[in-house]
Amino acid sequence: MYKLDQPPLLFESSRPGRATAILPGSDVPDRPLDAIIPASHRAERAPALPELGELDVVRHYTNLSTLNMSIDANFYPLGSCTMKYNPKRNERLAALPGFSAQHPYQDESTLQGLLALLYELQGMLAEIAGLHAVSLQPAAGAQGELTALLVAAAYFRDRGEKRTQVLIPDSAHGTNPASAHLAGFEAVTIKSNAQGLVDLDDFRAKLGDQPAVFMMTNPNTLGLFDPQIGTIAGLLHERGGLLYLDGANMNAILGVVRPGDMGVDLMHYNPHKTFSGPHGGGGPGAGPIAVRDHLAAYLPAPIVARNDDGSYRLDHDRPKSIGRVRSFFGNTGVLFRAYCYIRSQGPDGLKDIARHAVLNANYLMQLVKDVYPVQYPGRCMHEFVASARTIARERGIRAMDIAKRLIDYNFHSPTVYFPLIVPEAIMVEPTETESRETIEAFARVLRAIAEEDPASLHDAPHTTPISRPDEVKAAKSPVLRWRATPTATS
Amino acid sequence: MAYIANTDDDIRVMLQAIGLDSLDGLFDAVPAEYRLKGPLQVPPALSELELTGQVSELLARNAGADRRVGFLGGGCYDHFIPAVVDQLAGRGEFYTSYTPYQAEASQGTLQAIFEYQSLIAELTGMDVSNASLYDGGSAAGEAMLMALTITKRYGRVVTASTVHPEYRQVLSTFLAEMEPQLETVAAPTGAVTADAIVAAIDDRTAAVIVQYPNFFGQLEDVEAIVAAAHARGALAIVIFDPISLGLLRRPGDYGADIVVAEGQSLGNAMNFGGPFLGIMGCREEYVRKMPGRIAGQTTDRHGKRCWVLTLQTREQHIRREKATSNICTNQGLLALRSSIYLAVMGPGGLRQAAELSARKAHYAAERLVSVPGVSLAFPGPFFKEFVIRVPGDSNQVLAEVGRLGYHGGIALGRWYPELKDAILIAVTEKRSRGEIDGLVGAYNEVVGRTTR
Repeated sequence: MYKLDQPPLLFESSRPGRATAILPGSDVPDRPLDAIIPASHRAERAPALPELGELDVVRHYTNLSTLNMSIDANFYPLGSCTMKYNPKRNERLAALPGFSAQHPYQDESTLQGLLALLYELQGMLAEIAGLHAVSLQPAAGAQGELTALLVAAAYFRDRGEKRTQVLIPDSAHGTNPASAHLAGFEAVTIKSNAQGLVDLDDFRAKLGDQPAVFMMTNPNTLGLFDPQIGTIAGLLHERGGLLYLDGANMNAILGVVRPGDMGVDLMHYNPHKTFSGPHGGGGPGAGPIAVRDHLAAYLPAPIVARNDDGSYRLDHDRPKSIGRVRSFFGNTGVLFRAYCYIRSQGPDGLKDIARHAVLNANYLMQLVKDVYPVQYPGRCMHEFVASARTIARERGIRAMDIAKRLIDYNFHSPTVYFPLIVPEAIMVEPTETESRETIEAFARVLRAIAEEDPASLHDAPHTTPISRPDEVKAAKSPVLRWRATPTATS
Repeated sequence: MAYIANTDDDIRVMLQAIGLDSLDGLFDAVPAEYRLKGPLQVPPALSELELTGQVSELLARNAGADRRVGFLGGGCYDHFIPAVVDQLAGRGEFYTSYTPYQAEASQGTLQAIFEYQSLIAELTGMDVSNASLYDGGSAAGEAMLMALTITKRYGRVVTASTVHPEYRQVLSTFLAEMEPQLETVAAPTGAVTADAIVAAIDDRTAAVIVQYPNFFGQLEDVEAIVAAAHARGALAIVIFDPISLGLLRRPGDYGADIVVAEGQSLGNAMNFGGPFLGIMGCREEYVRKMPGRIAGQTTDRHGKRCWVLTLQTREQHIRREKATSNICTNQGLLALRSSIYLAVMGPGGLRQAAELSARKAHYAAERLVSVPGVSLAFPGPFFKEFVIRVPGDSNQVLAEVGRLGYHGGIALGRWYPELKDAILIAVTEKRSRGEIDGLVGAYNEVVGRTTR
C-alpha cells in the first residue's frame, strides 16, 4: 500500500470524444444496419460508459491497486481464509493459450490434454479425501455445499426416505445453514461444549430417528480438531444419515488424515484456500466435492471419464444425476491451478503443508496467548481464535480496534467477531508459507498494540487514506452506483 | 518443501517454544486409528522446470481457438481482450487480495467493485447491480429464487426452450427440492412468442425467464414478453448478452425487473468454461432481496468519500439460514477485468465490437446459405449467432470441418432432438473476412461431398 489518496471515479474522469483505438474497421461488404438488425431492436445510442484514453485507464487501476493490501505485499492472517502464497508458476501456465483459449463446447478430440489433467485431478482429490468419486463442477465452497446436499436429497429420495433435518454446529460458517435451507432442508443448530467441540449430548438429543446430514467442519472454526468425529459418524450411520465435511480447513490435515477414513460420506474442497488459488479480491473460488461410492451416481453431470482406449470424454450420461448447478464444466482456471499446486507438492509436500501450517499457528498462539486469551487452549490446528475480551474489559480496546491498528503496521487484519460463539474474537491463520521472522514480528506488534492509548486506537488506522468508514450511513441510505448529476459538466 | 520458509533450525526453536519434540506431535488431537499410515497415493513432486514441461506437453494436445479458427459460442465467446486487461488485472495487489472486509486495507478493490456496479447499471439501464455472481447459469438460478421471494408465488416459473439449455438445467436443479414447477414454453420457429408465454402464465407464476438474444441468436419480441409477464403480476427476468448492448436496446429500457448475464465476453478468456462472471442487476425496490455482495459509498471519520461492503444483513454470514442466498464469494477478479474492459473500450469501442460481430455474423450466414444443402434454420432477426441446417448428421459434418482447421459450430442435437441436423455458429469481431470465407469453403467441401 502506498497510501495515496483514491483516484476519482472512472465516470468523473470521462471526457467526451476521448477514446482508445482497439478494433479495426469492417472488412465485410457494407450493408445498411437496418438490413441486419431492425431498428425496433436497436438502441438509439450506446450506453453512456466513461470515455477515457488508454493511459487514463492504466493510471486509474494502477493507483487503485496500491490502495489494497495483498499476499504479495503483506502478511494476511485472515482466519478461515487460508491466505497462503499464490505461486507465480501457476499463473504463467494458466495463461497459456493451450488452456485459456479452449472453448467448453470444442470437440473432445481437441481437448484430450485438458481432459487428462482434469481426470487426474479428480483422482487426486478423491485420494486426498479418502473418498471415491469427485465432481469438479461447483463454482465455490458454498455452491459445493449446496451441490452435496442436493446429492444427499436425491440419494434419500431414491431410497424412498423422507429426511428433513440437517444438523449444524453453532460454530459453523454461515454458508452451511444457508445451503441447507436452499436444498430444502430444515437447519438444526447443535451447541458447542465447554471444550469448543460438538456437544455430544445436544447432538444425540437432536439426532432423531431419521437425520439427513450432519455438516461438520473439522478442524472446526475455532481451529480445533474434534476427535469425536468417529463417534458422530457411527451415530449417524446407524440411523441412515450422512456425514458431510466442510473442507474449508483441509490445510490442517492434508496427508495426515483423510476425511473418508473418519467416516465422512461427502465433502467439498476450497481449492482457492487449500490449493493456493489466488483469492482475486473476492473470487473466483471453486468448490469441487468428493463423495463415497454409493453417492456417486447423483453427482452433477458431466464428469471426466476415461475410455478403454486411454482417451478421455465428458460423461453426460448420468441418469440419476442432480443435473447442473452452473453452466459449463466448472471454474476450470482455479482447478487448473490446484492441479499445478498438488503436482508441485507430491505426497510429502502435501503433508508438510499441514505440518507447517499447524506449527506456525501454534507458535504464533504461544507468542500472544498471555495477552490475548484463547478460550479453548491446548493445541490448535492451522488457526486459533484469541479474544480481546480482557483488554476490552480492562482498557476498552476492542477486537475491531486491534484489527484496524494492525493496518498501520502493514499487517492485514485477522478475521474478527467470528466465530460468533467467542466474544471479541480474533481469528488468526498464519499459513505454512510465512517465515518465523514474519510470525515473530506480527506477535510483537500484536502485543505492543495492547499497550497503546485506547483513545488513539479507536481512531486507527492513522496512516491510510481513509479511516473508519461510516457503515451505518452506507446501509441506511444506500448509494450503490455513480449517477450523473444535473450540475456535473463535461 | 515448495513454498515453506521454515528451516530445520526454525522448526527446532518453534517446537521447543510450544513444548513438543516432533512435528507429528502437533496432531495429537487426531485419534491414531484414523491417521494415515503411509503417504498419499499422488505422483511425486515436480520442480518448476519439470511442472512447466509436463503441463505444457499436456496443453499441446489441445487445439482450441489458438490452433483452429473458432466459430463456437453458446454462451462463451472468443471476443478480443485488450492487453491492458491482462496487464492491470495481473497486478498482485488485485489478484492476491481477498474480500474487502477491512475497508481501510481494500479501498482499491472496493472502489473497483463500486465502479463495476456503476458500469453494469449504465450498461443495462437497471437501477442497481451487485458485485457479481458465479456465472450466467447460476445467476439465472439466483434471479429465479429472488423472484420467488419477492412475489411469494410458489406455483410456477415460466421459461422458454430458447433459453440456454444448461441454464434451464440449473433452474430445474435449483427447484428440485422446492414446490414451484418449471414450465418450458416451446418455440418451433426458434423464437418464443409473447402469446405462447401468456398462455403459460397463471396467477401463481413468480417469473418469466427469457434470453435476448436467445440461445439460437434470435431476437424475440422481448418487450411484449415483459409486458405479458407484468400483466399477470409476474416478474420479468431477462438474460442478456453484454456485448449486444453496444447495439441493442437495454433491458432497463423495456421494463425488465431482474437481469442476468454471462459476463465472460467482457475481457475474460474462455478457459474451458470458467471461472466466468455472473452479472446481475435489478430495480431499486428489489435491492434488499438481491443475493451476493454489494459495495456502497459512504464517508470516513474525516468526512472523506470512500467505499464499504454494505447491506450485509441480506447475507449468509449474518442471516445464516434466513439469508437471501448461500453465496459467499463473488467473482471479484472477473468483475475487475470486465470493468477494465468496459473502461478501455468506452461507448464507441463497445458499439464497434457489437456492430462488427453482427455484420460479420450476417456476412457469414449469407455466404453459408449459398452452399448447396445448407439453409438457415430460423427466419427471425439475429445478432451474432445463427443456426444452419446441414444435410445429414451435424456431428459428422462438424468433425470433417474440424479436420480442415475450423471449430465450425456447435451441434444442437444433444439438447434438441429435433435439431440433429442443426449447427449453432457464432461470429465475433475477431474473425476476418478471410477466415469466414475459409469456413464457407470448408462447409462447401464437406457438405458438397456428402450431398454428391
